[in-house]
Amino acid sequence: MTESRPRLSHLALFNGFFHAGIIGFGGVLPFARRIIVDERQWLTQAEFNDLFSLCQFMPGANIVNFAFAFGARHRGVSGAAAAVTGLLAAPIAIVLLLGGLYARYGALAPVQHTLGGLASAACGLVIATACKIAGPVMRGLVPVCVAALAFVLVILVHLTLPLTMLLLLPLSIALAWRA
Amino acid sequence: MSPLLSLAALFGKLSLLAVGGVNSTLPAIAHEVVDERHWITARQFSQLFAIAQAAPGPNMLVCALIGARVAGIAGGIVAAVAMVLPAGVLVMLVSGVWQRFQHARWRRIVQAAILPITAGLVLAAAAVLVRAADTSLLLLAISLTAATLNLRTRLHPLWLLAAGAALGLVLG
Repeated sequence: MTESRPRLSHLALFNGFFHAGIIGFGGVLPFARRIIVDERQWLTQAEFNDLFSLCQFMPGANIVNFAFAFGARHRGVSGAAAAVTGLLAAPIAIVLLLGGLYARYGALAPVQHTLGGLASAACGLVIATACKIAGPVMRGLVPVCVAALAFVLVILVHLTLPLTMLLLLPLSIALAWRA
Repeated sequence: MSPLLSLAALFGKLSLLAVGGVNSTLPAIAHEVVDERHWITARQFSQLFAIAQAAPGPNMLVCALIGARVAGIAGGIVAAVAMVLPAGVLVMLVSGVWQRFQHARWRRIVQAAILPITAGLVLAAAAVLVRAADTSLLLLAISLTAATLNLRTRLHPLWLLAAGAALGLVLG
């Protein structure tokens, strides 16, 4: 980011990410982008894209990673803490409240039917996400095989995720290196 | 091991393996909390995931819901923190040098190498959720319709979740 921009305060970091978190239904990314790029102009679109590409590249929840990295650039570790707390405070409170209601009323028949339909729709969204990620992968035989191998190792072989990654990551890097 | 430590260890470990986002760890989370530790059933797992999707905020908060089932509010917070902290610290460490390697060949190679693994793991997540949630043809039809509409239209996902819930209530 450009050095001429003023450092944001802890309160500004908390506030910006708090807003993105509480209105972020169905994924926080578009809301965070609107607040950070369009409304508060903390980053240009290109700067936002570059920082977000890091957060997609690294393991973990993309938008939470973004709050860590963005907060840290402004106020170090405490800035990261302010941004991440802002992002997660309200959603965690809401989700825990819903979890409490689920524990209390989740077994009632109408609630079970509603949640059954909700769960099926939610799993449809994951199918769609998987298709969106797999789309660009399906252009070459090698990436298709790597994706299929990951699927088979996890679903059919029941290999643990650490072992799956230990096996696939070097293999996939070696294959990408040769390509 | 105390429940809180057990939650911290489980999600802390998965945090650094969540390539391309938390969705890629869903099969591992489901396996650990349903098959290994018997904290919840597969059906409950799919419903908690759905609640996290319908609520505002990142979908990784399914971890908070699982944590809360095991050890109350403290469990929920510990699980969420464990899921974000290791990855977050790593991102802060790397972000300083990230721009310097913007055009580095190894960066493009590693990015290209991670993508198919993420694709396979998220497909596996979809398979795990279908198996847990879609116990009837009607429910499977809801999943496939939601997936198609999400891919083909610009409808907000919240409408798809609401429609699925309404169909479940009326036809269930």
